[in-house]
Amino acid sequence: MKARVYVMLKNGVLDPQGEAVRHALGSLGFDGVEGVRQGKVIELDLADGTSEALIEQMCEKLLANTVIESYRIEVL
Amino acid sequence: MRAAVIVFPGSNCDRDMAVALRAAGADVQMVWHKDASLPEGIDLVAVPGGFSFGDYLRCGAIAAQSPICQAVVGHAARGGYVLGVCNGFQVLTETGLLPGALMRNANLKFICKTTDLKVETSASAFTEGYNAGDTVGFPVAHHDGNYTVDDATLAELRGEDRIAFTYGDNPNGSVADIAGVLSENRRVLGMMPHPERAVDNGHGGTDGQALFRGLIGQFATA
Repeated sequence: MKARVYVMLKNGVLDPQGEAVRHALGSLGFDGVEGVRQGKVIELDLADGTSEALIEQMCEKLLANTVIESYRIEVL
Repeated sequence: MRAAVIVFPGSNCDRDMAVALRAAGADVQMVWHKDASLPEGIDLVAVPGGFSFGDYLRCGAIAAQSPICQAVVGHAARGGYVLGVCNGFQVLTETGLLPGALMRNANLKFICKTTDLKVETSASAFTEGYNAGDTVGFPVAHHDGNYTVDDATLAELRGEDRIAFTYGDNPNGSVADIAGVLSENRRVLGMMPHPERAVDNGHGGTDGQALFRGLIGQFATA
């Protein structure tokens, strides 16, 4: 089985890289880009039957730093 | 005083740290990250700067899961001293020994220069060699030194006098200009600037000597 973990900076945490991307889009002439947030996607190849609870532990322990990041798990 | 300097793949300030500690009178051993325990009788663990594990995932995240870090957490829990500099500070926040997190610099640039720091408290083994309010010059060299912490924790850090150093001219966007913070028991210090790069006239300054001497002085009188 596969799972995908999306890691994003929490709302309210300034994302300087996203801001730089927003500026770059503006200077390329793309108007109306009001905000950009940049995150990570982590794909996991897992043994069949791996529980979502276990994936959540992986996120809490390593994949995300919950001080600044939130995560979302998608089992494929 | 017996000190251990942790070495991860990608550490690059480990030897500078050992030199600074030895110059201040410590007996220093280098400890590899795969070791599951610290040598016996260690008083201070120094987690050096560098780019442990290539900064993969997040700065310090992989290093914080290495076998030696469990031993470092145990050492801190027993009241042992821990100093984390630069990548070492990032590792300590990732282990949870210190609050907050270090994010990409607000201007996205790698910053390498000497910065003026204000000593915010002299009430710790690390800073008792200074007076609160002193200005010291330590080099910084980092891409991810933007210290972030939530408002409640910031209030706690302030209330408990746990902000050790602040930047005079904040180079990286850190909350409240914070350059270094102490643990609750004041025996764990994490800081982005490099005191070990300011201990010899050849470095261009010796403001870091007082930090190491103060730390080692704890054990001379004990």
